[in-house]
Amino acid sequence: MQISDSASKILVVDDEPNIVIALEYLLQREGYEVHKAYTGQEALDRLETITPDVVVLDVMMPGMDGFEVARRIRQMPALECTKIIFLTAKGTQRDKESGYASGAEYYMIKPFENEVFVSTVNEIMAYG
Amino acid sequence: MALSLVIGFSLAYITLLFLIAWWVDKRAEQGVSVVNNPYIYALSLAVYCTAWTFFGSVGRATTGGLSFLGVYLGPTLLAPLWYMLLRKMILISKHQRITSIADFISARYGKSTLLGVLVTLIAVLGIVPYISIQLKAVTFGINTLTHFGGGPVAAPASILLDAGFWVTVAMAIFTVIFGTRKLDPNERHEGLVAAVAFESIIKLVTFTAVGLFVTFGIYNGFGDIFTQATYRPDTAKMLTFESSGVTSFSWNVLMMLSLFAIILLPRQFHISVVENTSPRHIPKAMWVFPLYLLLINIFVLPIALAGKMMFDSGIHPDTYVLSLPLAKGAAWLALAAFIGGFSAATSMVVVEATALSIMFSNHIVVPLLIKTRSIGGNDLVNGAARLLDIRRISILLMLILAYWYQKSVGNTYDLVSVGLISFTAAAQLAPAVIGGLYWKRATHQGAVSGLVVGFLIWAFCLPLPSMAQAGIISNTFVTEGLFGIAFLKPYALFGMTGLDPITHAAFWSLFLNTWAYAIISVNTQPSMLSLTQADLFVNIHKYISGQEYDILKREAKIGDLKAVLNRFLGESRSLSLFNEYQQANGFLPDNQKIAQAELISFVETNLAGAIGAASARLVIDSVAKEEQITLDEVMRILEQTREAVQHSRIMETKNEELKVLTLQLTRANEQLKQLDRLKADFITTVTHELRTPVTSIKALSRIILDDYERLDDERRTAYLQIIVNESDRISRLINQVLDIEKLRSAEQLHSVDTVDLREIMLSTVAGMQQLFAERNVTCSLPHSGDAFLVKGDRDKLIQVMVNLLSNALKFCDPVSGNIKIELHIKGHFVLLRVQDNGKGIPMHARDMIFEQFTQLHSHEQGKPQGTGLGLFITKKIVEQHGGTIRVESEPGEGATFEVKLPLFEQ
Repeated sequence: MQISDSASKILVVDDEPNIVIALEYLLQREGYEVHKAYTGQEALDRLETITPDVVVLDVMMPGMDGFEVARRIRQMPALECTKIIFLTAKGTQRDKESGYASGAEYYMIKPFENEVFVSTVNEIMAYG
Repeated sequence: MALSLVIGFSLAYITLLFLIAWWVDKRAEQGVSVVNNPYIYALSLAVYCTAWTFFGSVGRATTGGLSFLGVYLGPTLLAPLWYMLLRKMILISKHQRITSIADFISARYGKSTLLGVLVTLIAVLGIVPYISIQLKAVTFGINTLTHFGGGPVAAPASILLDAGFWVTVAMAIFTVIFGTRKLDPNERHEGLVAAVAFESIIKLVTFTAVGLFVTFGIYNGFGDIFTQATYRPDTAKMLTFESSGVTSFSWNVLMMLSLFAIILLPRQFHISVVENTSPRHIPKAMWVFPLYLLLINIFVLPIALAGKMMFDSGIHPDTYVLSLPLAKGAAWLALAAFIGGFSAATSMVVVEATALSIMFSNHIVVPLLIKTRSIGGNDLVNGAARLLDIRRISILLMLILAYWYQKSVGNTYDLVSVGLISFTAAAQLAPAVIGGLYWKRATHQGAVSGLVVGFLIWAFCLPLPSMAQAGIISNTFVTEGLFGIAFLKPYALFGMTGLDPITHAAFWSLFLNTWAYAIISVNTQPSMLSLTQADLFVNIHKYISGQEYDILKREAKIGDLKAVLNRFLGESRSLSLFNEYQQANGFLPDNQKIAQAELISFVETNLAGAIGAASARLVIDSVAKEEQITLDEVMRILEQTREAVQHSRIMETKNEELKVLTLQLTRANEQLKQLDRLKADFITTVTHELRTPVTSIKALSRIILDDYERLDDERRTAYLQIIVNESDRISRLINQVLDIEKLRSAEQLHSVDTVDLREIMLSTVAGMQQLFAERNVTCSLPHSGDAFLVKGDRDKLIQVMVNLLSNALKFCDPVSGNIKIELHIKGHFVLLRVQDNGKGIPMHARDMIFEQFTQLHSHEQGKPQGTGLGLFITKKIVEQHGGTIRVESEPGEGATFEVKLPLFEQ
């Protein structure tokens, strides 16, 4: 099911390649254009060239962590409309608060339900 | 009566006394103390009854009626207090080896030299008149016996014809022989005490004999005398208090003076304290001595009444005891009575002069000689002999002074009046002594002030006017007041009139003395030594019940101490003292060794017995260095009893223990907290490490389930392979977590075999051959075929090998990886080295990599496969085997892990 003509772009950032594989499949199935990055720095590099509608972000990554990546994104004027979803194994209330504070719109906990993840992304794409 | 008869009798009597003294001293040398007896002690105390009592009481009764009783009622009233007061003084004096009243006061206020001098001066100046009346009484007695009925005695043409002079000379010889025969460290003279006690018996017996003769021989009993007396107005007056002219105030002052005199007069202090053989004698003396006073006073009034009724004013009332038998023809009784009076006088003079000479030599002469380095310095003059010479000269000096006083002043006064001047002087010591015994706050300055004030007022009000009256000094200050100021008249000081001179002087001197003493004491700070001495005097029971406080920390060479003791006590005496100390304390003194404070105190105390506390202190100071007393020691002495000290020590120890325990608990708690944090971190990390593969597995399996048909075979297989790999990862993680728990709970190895590291290495490499091949990694092995034996757990050592190889594999150069394995023997250790050719380990990470959940990442290599526990576990296993692990690395040139394990040697 494709919602937009020009395919919406999503950047998936996670240091676990297998999770990236799963997320790529799920999002491609929905018709999104999926870009991948395996570290925070790599993600920021990619964002120089693309302007995704959504960034799916892991928190615990080697080097720069997800919170820092989110804060940097929020400082990029070009990405004003880009939504950030945290998808992380860190599940305490404090982690969530840090996530929202760093500028993310959504915070989802691993392991996740495929349907919930997909419908969340779809909702964001539909209503902004 | 012939003079030769009187002198012959007197000499015979003195010889008898010598024999008694000699025998008692001899017994004492044999170890038998004859005077160690409460009755002898009580009788020796009767040295209080002098010629004043024997002759003077009768004289006093003829003018003052019953007022003569005052000086005996005072001591009688005080007797019940002896148990407290005298006992305490004796205990202190025995403890401190105190030898005189001056020594006592000086010792109490910090072994003060100044106080010693002051008290000695007061005593000498105060007591000389008292000695003089004894000489006067004896002279009087001789004149009465030889010239009775022959009219007044003419003044002798030359001093050599003066009976008083020869009496003085005889007394001096007598005293020198009795009082300075030997130098005893405790100033104990048993022979002297025995002679004094014997003389007390003679006094009582002869006086009672005269009394009986008068009452029952001349008259028909007491009733007869008193009845006849009431018929004459002059004798009737003697039977009432009112007509005696003595006010109740003077009466009280009189009793107070005598009450002080009984303990403070130098001779009384000497006999009751210094010569005391045991404090146990006090209870008996408490009733025997008052009884003696009662008996010797019974016949005073009858004799006085009889004399007054029989004689005209031509006969001096002080001689009634002799005149009455002489008048009635009982010459032998008169001679016996003279011997009684002679006894009273000699016992007083001998004891008083001995006591004064001790004070004079110990507190004035010896300190001077020490200060001028005449003795006690480096010369080897025999100090003991010199001390005795000083004593002898002192005695002569006292008696010459007394003779001079009697000649120039004493003749104008009766016996009792002169005696009371001395009593008033002795009473000046009362505030310092009694305050010193019970008031810890009393200071040296207070004592000095009180004594100076009291002494000056006494001197101004009593002896100076008497000297003026004798014409020695100008009389104007008596009539006009000092400097013409009416307020300063010696008999009406500060405008106080209406009192007899003695009461007046006693009141002002004691009143201002006490005030000066109290006020200055309150406003001055005592010295360190003064404080310790104050505590000792006030709390003497605390000190004699157990060990002494080690108050002064002093150091001196034992040789020096011996030399000092030799000089003052003589060779044999000091040798026996050292032996005594050695026996009690069981050590052999080496002359070059430093003596302990205990020994120094012992020497000082014994020295104090010979030369007084203050002088002993000066001498010891010259050889001993004194350490500063610390503040808490002062606190200890001042404020805490021994029990409190012990209690606080226990508390202190407990407190220290508690502090240590608290510290340990705090540390343990910190460690627990740290462990707790580590555990929490560990759990968080493990949770995260578990959730990650679970996330992949869940998402991918869900995809396969939902989209089974849409997925092509290739993808399906790839996803299923991921699921399998991630499941393995979970299993591995779980196993390693369990491994860590095992490593933690078991510090010791369970199974110990002899393991060949080379064999393990080869089999591990063989097992991992597939992995090497997949990654295109070559492996270089050592060529040696020797065995590398270690003791250990084979499975765990295999795990070490696997971990190291896996690690090397992971970080090898991705294109042309090479792993080099080496085995060496170095000393008693086996070295296993695993070297890869990867990018190497950054410096900052080298310590970290052995911690749990530390993983190295790199941009190019991406996420390494692993749990972050491998090297942590490896390190733990190596350590369990008594080995170490370390890493060497140059960036860009790979890393080398080196494991060092103890070699098993057969």
